[in-house]
Formats: sequence, C-alpha cells, structure tokens
Amino acid sequence: MRICIVGCGAVGSLFAANLAQLDDVEVWAYDASREHVDAINANGLRLSGAGDVVGRLRATTDPQELPPCDFGIVATKAMHTEAAIGATAHAFADGCVATVQNGIGNEETIAAHAARVIRGTTFPAGKILEPGHVQWDVKGETTLGPFEPQPAPFAEVERLADACTRGGMPTAAVQDARGPQWRKVIFNAATNPVGALTGLAHGRVCERPDLRALVSGLVDEGKAVAAAQGIELDSDPEELIDWSSQPGVAYDHKASMLQDVEAQRTTEIDYLNGGIVRFGREHGVPTPLNEAIWALVKGVEQSWHP
Amino acid sequence: MIRSVCVAGAGVIGSLLAGHLARVADVSVLARREEHARALNERGLRVSGRSDFTAKITAATDAAALPDPDLVIVACKGTDLEPLAASLEGRFAGATVMTVQNGLGAEEIVGAHGDWPLLSAVTFMSGTRHEDTHVEYILDTATWIGPYRGTTPAQAHEVADLIVSSGLKAEAFDDLRPAQWSKLIFNATVNAVAALTELPHDFHFAETERLGDLGNLVRDLVDEGKAAAAAAGIELWEDPWEMNVLATQRGHRHYPSMLEDIEAHRPTEIETITGSLVREAQRAGVEVPLHTALYRLVKAKEASYS
Repeated sequence: MRICIVGCGAVGSLFAANLAQLDDVEVWAYDASREHVDAINANGLRLSGAGDVVGRLRATTDPQELPPCDFGIVATKAMHTEAAIGATAHAFADGCVATVQNGIGNEETIAAHAARVIRGTTFPAGKILEPGHVQWDVKGETTLGPFEPQPAPFAEVERLADACTRGGMPTAAVQDARGPQWRKVIFNAATNPVGALTGLAHGRVCERPDLRALVSGLVDEGKAVAAAQGIELDSDPEELIDWSSQPGVAYDHKASMLQDVEAQRTTEIDYLNGGIVRFGREHGVPTPLNEAIWALVKGVEQSWHP
Repeated sequence: MIRSVCVAGAGVIGSLLAGHLARVADVSVLARREEHARALNERGLRVSGRSDFTAKITAATDAAALPDPDLVIVACKGTDLEPLAASLEGRFAGATVMTVQNGLGAEEIVGAHGDWPLLSAVTFMSGTRHEDTHVEYILDTATWIGPYRGTTPAQAHEVADLIVSSGLKAEAFDDLRPAQWSKLIFNATVNAVAALTELPHDFHFAETERLGDLGNLVRDLVDEGKAAAAAAGIELWEDPWEMNVLATQRGHRHYPSMLEDIEAHRPTEIETITGSLVREAQRAGVEVPLHTALYRLVKAKEASYS
C-alpha cells in the first residue's frame, strides 16, 4: 500500500512517521518546505514527546515526483487545501483522498480534484521543533468516513483506518463521520477565536461567566447548523469545552488561533466560523454571532497589512 | 453672559476647549496631576494644528483653589467621571455644568453630586496631546450642545456661540438626544470593532461585498443600535451607518480612542459607551446580542492586560 501525506506539518508528520513504521506501507510526503523535506530525506522524520518514533519515508517538494498512490492524507492548513490537492491530484487518479484537517469545507475542495474522498477528523496535535523533527503533544482518536457526495468505498476507508491504527494512530472507520467533525469544528469555532480576540488562554476564557455565555451562544448556533443537516454530534461540544478548561488539561493553553494572531499568521477562521456561517446560509439557519466573530478575526488579519 | 469657564479634565478634548476658550473668557483648568497643573500655570497651553497660539491658563488639582466660574465643562474620560464629579460636590454654586463625555448617562452621574443646572454635549472634534502643555487640533468637527436639567435652549445657544467665537465649531439643539444617540451608536460600533481588530477606522469598516466582510458586522451593529433607539422613542439625528461610511472616505486612518487605549493597555470607555447602549436597550426591552458580545470581548481583552 502506498500512502502520500499532503502537507507534512505537525499533524501530517504524526501520520507520516507512524505509518512509516509498517512494513506493508510505503509512505511519501509532499510539503512546500524545502528544509523540512531535505531533513526528512537525510535523517528520517523524528517524533518526540507523547511518542518517540523515527520514520523512514520519501519526501518531496515536487509533486511530479509522486508515484501513483492508494491513499492521500491531506493535512495542510485549510487555506492551502486547494493549491496542495490541485498540485498532487494526479497521484490519486486511482486512489482515495482523506482529509484530517481543521474546519469544514476541505472535503468539498478536495472533491473538485479527486474522485473518491474520505471525510476525516483528528485530535492528535503537535508542533514542528526544527526541520525533520516534530514534537508530539497530544495523542487522540481519528475518525474516517466516506465523503457522502463523492464517497470512497467503505472497504478502502477501513483499509486506511486499519493501517493508521496499526501504525500507532488509533483510527475508526465509520459510515457517517460528520458527527465528530462537527463536534470538533463547533468546539474550535466557539473557543479559539474568543481566545484570539481577547488574548486570554482557554481556561481564562471559560472562567469569565459573561465570556462563557458568549462561547455557549456560538456553540448553540453551530449545533443548530449541524442539526439542520441531520448531523448527530457524537457528544456535546460543551462537555469538551468544560473538560479542557480544567487546570491540568488546557487551562493555560493558548489556542492555536491566538498563537497565529500573536505571530501574525493567517488563521483558519474562514473554515471554522466562516464554514459554520456558509453551511448555515445553505440550510437557512441564522448564525449572527459566528458571522460577527468571523468578521472580527478577519479584521485582525487585515490590521497586519495596512 | 459667560465670562469665566472652568474646564474639568485636561485630556485632548479638555485641552482643546480650554485653550480656545481662553481667547474669549477667563479659563481655569481642573487637572488630575499636580505637575500638570503647575506646568499649565507656568507655561500656558499651546495649541497647534488647525489653530496656533498659546493660551494663559489658571490651573489647580483642587476645585477649591480655582475661582468660581459661570460655566463648568466636565471633559474628562468616562472612566474618570465619577471621582471627578465627586470632587466638585459643594463647589461652584451658581455655575452651569456641561458634560461632553462619550456614551450616555454622564449628566446623571454629575447631577448626582450637585444641583447645578446641566447642559449635555457631545463632541466630534479630535486632536493629539503631545505634552501636558501642548495639544494639536486635528479634526475640526463640531460639538453639539442641548439643555438637560434646569437649562433652556437659549443657554445651549449661548454656550455654542461662545465656543464658536473661540475658534471651534459648535451647534445648539433644543433636544440633544437624537444627536447623542446617533453618536452613541456610531461610537459603540466603531470603537469596539477597532479595539478588537486593532484596525484604525478605515475602509474595511464600510466593506460589505462578501459574506464575512467587516462592513457587514458594522452595519448589523448599527441596525441593532437603531432598533434600540427606536424602542427608546428616539428619532436619530444622523444615520450612524452613513456617518461611518463618510468617515472612512475622508482618506486618513483615524485611530478611535478605544483603540489607542487598548494599544497603551489603559482601561477603555467600553462601560460608558457600549455598556450604556446595552443597558438602554435592556431598559427599552430590545435585545442587542452583537453589542453584548463585543462588550464582553472588549472587557475580556482589558482583563488580559490588567
């Protein structure tokens, strides 16, 4: 089986290095960073932290080098999906393409370039320490399922999930993968931008009753949009918010969007709150708070480029 | 006949009023800091920009040390109003007191500390304080004045005429509330959005082309404010959306005071501006969920640096 990771950042590297442990899987990685690619080819891809792993794989910045693959796993930031899948689609002409990205709308973008698509959500997280070396911060579940309008055969979804699980990334193949995806999107859209706009870490957002009420207002809009699509959330995002705000879990955690804003990097707001607003429009569900938050974070991004 | 004026609060607005009025009346200034009062007494107050002169000023930090004026203009920031008003208690009997704070309710706060006849005012002029004794006059927009408690339209006209004769712009209204509410809605919207995005009041605030554009949020905030005004029985003097569009077309990037406060990590006027709009809407039985959300976000952003 040949699998190509498209976008070998922190999350992509977790999949790449773990899958590379398997004898029956040949792993490729496509990434835009020349330094990261060179380091991976020279010394392997190293993970440390929650797991210590070195994966041997082929990395490239040139999509033309990619051989035909059984699977693609797209792991870029959401705003790079179009460019990444556009450049690599030829390698998946006979294969299936999965996404493990944040936000909503990635499957639709991929489906414009690939015939068989797998909807996915992943909770593991990490950060790149240096080229070729990634810190594995959090272990967690991944869920994969056929993308309804352009599905991969379920047997193929199971084959990919099985490989990921055997490699050390526990993954479930399910018929409807929208529930976990929307739970994560609603969680991220309700908490990340509030941290990014106020400068407060996750726990401090949640301990202010007025701000916690705003978070719930955002959650409620997201739930309404999910419900209008017939999506059953696998659990209540409120539980995840309260659990993660405890000291010792993510009380002091600065949301990735707050880190992005502090470093003046473009955020994934278009695919979080922006995605909820767009899907809400399509299904006639008003989402005024998500729309306000979306516009504010986009305004923050605009303030960096006078 | 107004022969003497005491300006209480010597920030940008107070300094612009004091400096100009000193050319047509005896002006004293009630300052908060001892060295500020001393500098004004020693060096006078220089006004540059659209005006260019140095005015002779009597200043003190204690109202008891100042001569009894015919008119007191309370020009401090909303955040300093309560203690300043308290310090005037028992002073300046016989004077008329005029407030020029942003938001609503300054008249009531001052009126609770004495039975002076009250005028209300809102001002649109702006400037920059370069030092304690030097203020630059930048935007020569008007100050609007109306009767409030125990005063007549004729008295509002008299003060407006005095201000105009000093070289600033002013206009008297029989009822200030329509103008005050127009400015309140404009201010609550523009200041809070600027404080959260850190964008100066520029073209982004009027962009409404695509879903998620900042102008859509600005327009929605204005619409909420209009609904609250209508429920409170106020017919607006100017359309705050048109005020917004016009201001963004002036060509220079205006930094709203709340953005300056955020950048300097000072307390903002969110409580007296957006807070008063939210409270008035509640009193009128109207929901303002977007203003409420922005109010909470700005309060939390203040908390992140305090």
